[in-house]
Amino acid sequence: MPQRMLAGLSVLVAILAAAPWWMPPWMLFIASGALAKGMAALGLMLLLRGGLVSFGHALYFGIGAYAAGLLVLSGITEFLVLAVLGTLATLVLALILGAFVSRYRGIFFGLLSMALSMVFYGLLIKLQSLGSSDGFNLGGIHLLSIPMQGTAGQVPTYLMTLVLSVLAAIGIDQFLRSRYGLLTKALRDNELRVEYLGQSVRQLVLLNYIIAAGLAGLAGVLSAVAVGHIGPEMAYWTTSGEFVFMVILGGLGHVAAAFVGAGVLSAVQAVAYAVAPNSWQFIVGASLLACIVFLPEGLWSLLKRFGRRA
Amino acid sequence: MSEAVAIFLDGSIYAAWLFLVAVGLTLVYGVMKIVNVAHGATYTVGAYAAVSLCGAWAAGGGNEWGIYLPLVLAAPVVGLILGPILERLFLRPLRDEEETVLMLVTYALFLILEDSVKFIWGVDPYFLSEPYLLPGGIDIFDLTYPVYNFGMLIAATVVGVGLAWFLSKSKSGRIVRAVIHDREVAMAMGANVDRIYLAVFSFGCALAALGGALTAPTVSVIPSMGVEVIVLAFAVVVIGGMGSIIGALLGALLVGFVRAMAVHLLPEAELFIIYLVMATVLLVRPSGLFAPAEARKI
Amino acid sequence: MKSFSLRALAIAVSATLAAVAPATQAAESVKIGVVTFLSGPAAGPFGVPARNAAEILIEGLNAGKVPGPHATKGFGGAPIQMVLVDEFGSTTTQVSEYRNLVQRQNVDIVVGYISSGNCLAIAPVAEELKKLTVIFDCGTPRLLEENAYKYVFRTNSHSGMDSIAAALYVASTKPGTKSYAGINQNYAWGQDCWSDFEGTMKAKLPAATVTTSQMPKLFAGQYGTEISALLAAKPDVIHSSFWDGDLEALILQAAPRGLFKKSVVILTAGETAIHKLGNAIPDGTVIGARGPHSVFAPDTEINRWFQQTYRDRYNTPPNYASYHMVQAILGAKTAYEKAKAAAGGADPTQEQIIAAFEGLTYESASGKVEMRNSKGHQAIQETAYGTTKMVKGQLTVTNVKRYPADMVNPPEGVKSADWIASGFKR
Repeated sequence: MPQRMLAGLSVLVAILAAAPWWMPPWMLFIASGALAKGMAALGLMLLLRGGLVSFGHALYFGIGAYAAGLLVLSGITEFLVLAVLGTLATLVLALILGAFVSRYRGIFFGLLSMALSMVFYGLLIKLQSLGSSDGFNLGGIHLLSIPMQGTAGQVPTYLMTLVLSVLAAIGIDQFLRSRYGLLTKALRDNELRVEYLGQSVRQLVLLNYIIAAGLAGLAGVLSAVAVGHIGPEMAYWTTSGEFVFMVILGGLGHVAAAFVGAGVLSAVQAVAYAVAPNSWQFIVGASLLACIVFLPEGLWSLLKRFGRRA
Repeated sequence: MSEAVAIFLDGSIYAAWLFLVAVGLTLVYGVMKIVNVAHGATYTVGAYAAVSLCGAWAAGGGNEWGIYLPLVLAAPVVGLILGPILERLFLRPLRDEEETVLMLVTYALFLILEDSVKFIWGVDPYFLSEPYLLPGGIDIFDLTYPVYNFGMLIAATVVGVGLAWFLSKSKSGRIVRAVIHDREVAMAMGANVDRIYLAVFSFGCALAALGGALTAPTVSVIPSMGVEVIVLAFAVVVIGGMGSIIGALLGALLVGFVRAMAVHLLPEAELFIIYLVMATVLLVRPSGLFAPAEARKI
Repeated sequence: MKSFSLRALAIAVSATLAAVAPATQAAESVKIGVVTFLSGPAAGPFGVPARNAAEILIEGLNAGKVPGPHATKGFGGAPIQMVLVDEFGSTTTQVSEYRNLVQRQNVDIVVGYISSGNCLAIAPVAEELKKLTVIFDCGTPRLLEENAYKYVFRTNSHSGMDSIAAALYVASTKPGTKSYAGINQNYAWGQDCWSDFEGTMKAKLPAATVTTSQMPKLFAGQYGTEISALLAAKPDVIHSSFWDGDLEALILQAAPRGLFKKSVVILTAGETAIHKLGNAIPDGTVIGARGPHSVFAPDTEINRWFQQTYRDRYNTPPNYASYHMVQAILGAKTAYEKAKAAAGGADPTQEQIIAAFEGLTYESASGKVEMRNSKGHQAIQETAYGTTKMVKGQLTVTNVKRYPADMVNPPEGVKSADWIASGFKR
């Protein structure tokens, strides 16, 4: 990674780390949510790099959240346990489902993932014991002795989300430079040739699928902690659509792009709600269109252009 | 006995509605390889156009029974106006992009059209129940069925048969089939692919609008009416095989009957049975039950 | 050179911060954040009528035009400023918007929320941010039955009341009912309403049996198959908690098929449909308004003012969502003024308003409201049901039965589901 980009990113992370001191609390809340969703988008970006678009990514986001929710209901409120077990649950499920799903490509992969997320959504609606469409609240979560919820918990939750996001970004960045990561990029170009190179395509796709799911699951846990409430809409296809939108916005160029996309989308949504409550769909649709037409490489390409000129 | 008849009739009527709603989507995918999410919005615009046209007809003192004319005319009106605009301005310039990017473009168009409907017609619901009530009801085994629903059945059959005939027997139909099979070779043989895409997309829009127009008399017409329908249409198209008209028909029949059985015999299962069927079909036969054969390129 | 991007970043950041700096508050006014659906399917039947009601009520209060016990201008003399927020979007978005409303816009009171999911998520945040929040329409009983909140009040009876009263109406007008069925939307609201109805029927008419319970997906829109199933089941009574788009589709699709003639159909949330679909609703349909609202509202000065002003402005009568909103704002106003008087005329603090609100009884456009349950945070109210009948081309409700608050709301400290299951023990 060029020195300048590394420097720029470090500055960005430092600014974000200092956020509790310069951001107003309501903005900090939005930032926590954006970072969590960015993590899920990061997983989706990994899949996209391999040529697979999932329209059901929210399935694992929802599973992570509900896994945490079930743990809280049975009395466990330690954040580390929630994060580890929640992510583990998504990894296990991804391994099972991925064995089937990883055989598909293109639009069929997309629609199959969407169908699976909607089956999960339907199941959640049926379960009145879990509140059906209302969902339920999660309270009293803490990290060791530090509260993660309520007013005192806002800053710790934000910082934890930031730390995990940065670690995830670095981790995925390293993965993309590794043998598997480079082969993933090749997958997108021509799968058959990757197979001829000696790498089992199925294995590679499954690996990417599981990693992406794990990221989404962890994001679900973080979101559940930050908002204090989970509901079936976390697994609905429009949430999956949001993640796809974030990846398109950010672009595939860099691991930070997913977070940039998440941040921009959250900002656009917040502004659109305030400014035009009756036509925010129009604004979002127009922005998506503009992005696809004028910035096919995502916003990241814009930042790269600025960086190069400087 | 009467339960079985009810299940059969309900399944057929629902299947007819599904077919009308989904056939445009599968046609556009089959020819242009685009998953047109805006199909749901065109459906909505068709319903609103029907409301406006029929309203003008009634206000202008038109014949009571003649109201079916503006009802059906809403379809080509919408198809001829929206179709070219969307295809020329948004889809043609991006034609060489990946399938999934185009799907996102249509999703963006869906969002834009949904809000545009609000700007033009407002958020209050509209009612157009005259066409639905006019023909009255018919009693079958002491259950009353509206004659209008059978009218929809006939409409669906006409559309299905007409489309199938067009594609297999007419000259232009066979050119379209050639484009479905291999765009580049068809171009090389002299087919005007640009014009064909424009025509097919506009026709797909008209079909969606027809679905909306024919549905309008049975519901309250609101801006968000397309949201649930697009997901249903997807499921039907995927189950039947994307790009296959017969597939759309058989997919609609399968979903219609499965749902009718669930509702009559096991109502609790109704909620996600369609997604379960969709997922099962995708897992077992990913290209759908009746997809056309596709040559694989290495 | 490196400083180009850094400078650009710094400028962007400070510009953003400046643009979203907290809005300053005019001195001496009471700022109320109103959250309700302005887009999406719930906007037409509920959100927009509620917003309309908020607008004319606040205007009327500020001008001192509201008659009766609420004649004081504004809130205890201080003018009311309304900040409107759209309730559309995911729960996460709504929590975010709530925080925005409280922390950036610095509202004094939040009045809002129709969606039960949002209510449940917002309540703990209201506690955290210590902001008085008045829920005006959410239906879920769980909100205040399963949790105790200090800063959250709900000024409407929850959904339990609707279906309990519906069953009582059936028991009193059709005691010979042998079978009943239901068609409800398959999500929390529909599921809760149906189990409340079924539970009450089991207690009051134990001989009656359920023939079928249809639970189509929310927003399904096409009910042909469900209607056939209901016709085939031939129940005496059919219960439905459908609302707006789905309700209208159901009426339009079922009426011509004779469903309303073959069974008595009870629409617990049906009042919103009678204004738009009046002549499509067959005679003999039982209509509820989630309380003594709209067609069931008493002929008081304040109700007459409300009906007249609303109709003049919007060319349509107010529906129960409008009445719920009025109830919430008037409740907050009464509590505020009571607290202000107790504080000797000084502007009351949040804690003082809360103390005044708990256990408060006040008059709204639909009659008496008593904040009795959940330690004074949950309102109870009477309710009414009536049967439709076309008179001279106008839809009217006849055979109106009123149910006093105690008969349809659980006693303090008892969950409504438990209360029904116990056979309505008091």
